[in-house]
Amino acid sequence: MFSSSQFYSFFLLLLFLGINQNAFSAPVQEIKVAYLTQEKRPAAALSNLEEFVKDKGWQGAKLALNDNNTTGKFTGQAYRLEQKIVPVDADIKPVFLSLLKDKYQLIIVNLPAQQLVEISALNNQQALLFDVATDTDSLRSTNCLSDVLHMLPSRAMRADALAQYMRKKRWNKWFLVVGNTAEDRLYAQAIKRSAKRFAMKIVAEKTWTHSFDARRTAQSDVPVFSQVGDYDVLVVADEQGLFGEYLSYRSWLPRPVIGTQGLKATVWHKTHEQWGAVQIQNRFKALAGRPMVEEDYAAYLALRSIGEAVTRTKEISADSVKTFLLSEKFKLQGYKGRPLSFRPWNGQLRQAVLLAAPTSIVATPPLEGYLHPKNELDTLGYDQPEVHCQ
Amino acid sequence: MKLRFSLSIGLLLCSSISYSETIFVTLEKDNAIAIVDPIAGKLVKTVEIGQRPRGIALSPDQKHLYIATSDDDTVIVVDTETLKVVARLPSGEDPETFAINSEGTRMYVSNEDDNQITVINLAENKAEKTVPVGVEPEGIAVSPNNEWIVSASETTNMVHWIDAKTLEIKANTLVDPRPRALSFTADGKQLWVTSEMNSTAMVIDVATKEITQTIRFAIPAVGQEKIQPVGVVIDAEQNWAYVALGPANRVAVVNAQTYEVEKYLLVGARVWNLAFSPKQERLYTTNGVSHDISLIDTQTHKVTKSIAVGRYPWGLAVKK
Repeated sequence: MFSSSQFYSFFLLLLFLGINQNAFSAPVQEIKVAYLTQEKRPAAALSNLEEFVKDKGWQGAKLALNDNNTTGKFTGQAYRLEQKIVPVDADIKPVFLSLLKDKYQLIIVNLPAQQLVEISALNNQQALLFDVATDTDSLRSTNCLSDVLHMLPSRAMRADALAQYMRKKRWNKWFLVVGNTAEDRLYAQAIKRSAKRFAMKIVAEKTWTHSFDARRTAQSDVPVFSQVGDYDVLVVADEQGLFGEYLSYRSWLPRPVIGTQGLKATVWHKTHEQWGAVQIQNRFKALAGRPMVEEDYAAYLALRSIGEAVTRTKEISADSVKTFLLSEKFKLQGYKGRPLSFRPWNGQLRQAVLLAAPTSIVATPPLEGYLHPKNELDTLGYDQPEVHCQ
Repeated sequence: MKLRFSLSIGLLLCSSISYSETIFVTLEKDNAIAIVDPIAGKLVKTVEIGQRPRGIALSPDQKHLYIATSDDDTVIVVDTETLKVVARLPSGEDPETFAINSEGTRMYVSNEDDNQITVINLAENKAEKTVPVGVEPEGIAVSPNNEWIVSASETTNMVHWIDAKTLEIKANTLVDPRPRALSFTADGKQLWVTSEMNSTAMVIDVATKEITQTIRFAIPAVGQEKIQPVGVVIDAEQNWAYVALGPANRVAVVNAQTYEVEKYLLVGARVWNLAFSPKQERLYTTNGVSHDISLIDTQTHKVTKSIAVGRYPWGLAVKK
């Protein structure tokens, strides 16, 4: 069954884990998981001090691997994580096909939406894919991928989280500022959808075109740009972070900034410490030497979900893991105070969203008072009746 | 005259009783313990004790109070008369919860960040051994006959059964997600475990190490995700078990014979830990967010009083 070298590495793994033969009686079950990603070019940034982090996601997967293997000591299960990094500009597809050929059935995918769609088309349901990078709404509402579980909240979930809080504060009049990338426009779409859902009014909308003279400063540009009449909050859609930071404290009227900058809707934040989060923040920092970011948390939850399914069912095929994860039996602890689970209609992980100021968490929607007949977490994002895909 | 005499004797008796019971409450954010007189129903005083005190227990002879001061990475030993720190135990990093055997000779500490249990010899105040367990060990208890140490790991979702003689894990029981606290029944035949994420309490048969009962908590008009069971205690006669339901702000009263939930008692906000009075006629709760403790009459199952104690009360210990 095993080649001798595999067997040998397995034996080493057992020694490494310090397994006491008495602790379990069953033979060790091996769970193979792949992690597929592509190198990224550092994107343009507002500050040169902000370091480019190359391994977003991977460190979270490694942490979950440690956690799963600690549990595996007691259940007779050992997890192996194989990382495949495709160089910039290289084709991802042959690498994905080689993973399928090597019988990887559980694959964590850290790739942009377009490439995720491409490999899903090749997959033919052979592997279960865990998307730890996209927040694309169309993949959760009109073009669902039945072999993909999405670990990060969609843009719609993030926008709904902001809108719930704005509704509570009665900051109903929004001034929307949109950057000039396709992603910024998608974010703005999600904001508009949420505004409608929660009866907010977008009283003004402007596009930031980066056309202002660089010799002038944000101090003089932004006040001119932001003279649009009265509003309660300025909502900014700048996913790459190229201008959004200029808006706070510089607008014509003294108004808070929310959206991709200012008060942000995020899945994880370095200041989150409630519900045992301090423990995972510490464990992550000790492992990675840096704070945990969104992709790390997503990859952590992906491999932890696999761990939960395997611990409870002892099955490791794509089908059986998927069946368990989409069932009501699956309840994952995610340091957010509520059990996490998947929406069977689009594979989206149900989770609370953090509304984070730069150094504190302001609120954790879904907020009290937003009711749902089944699960209050489903007040965020596309609910079952709104989803039109099979 | 006679009447007045007997009345004053009665008052005297009352006041002498009032000094016979003291509750020590750890205040996580005040770096202090609150000392409460439950009979008089008031906070007596607050004493600064160390950084982020959480787990708390009395020695069997009640001469010492053990308190995990988590951010000082130690368990301190406090003289219950003078309230002075007399020793610091080598607990390992970030101690939160611990358990002591009935002879008072050994302490077992959960080291949440290091996935291990530290075993401390209390006669010599020395760490004897560390036992590797699952991810994020939290709840810990010693069986009444001192045979087993049980440790619940929150992320591994298991109860580990550690043999007290060999200090090796002999069995593991997979339980509902995020197990928090565990308590043995007085006869040592059952172990009760709470699951924060599944809104359940499980009863495990100590002989077989298997779950025999799962009790589900549901409260009308309270969201299921708010029902997060934490502390659990069972009375000596095994008539009633009490389960603190965290942000549901209630204590569940469970019939320990039929496993039916009898009622839900509204206490303070985010109720976490529970302790009986010495004769078990009262139950005390720590309510983290409302910064108070609640007093429950265990005969009538009514909440009789709440006492403000300080910021983020975490655990409590009751001295005769």
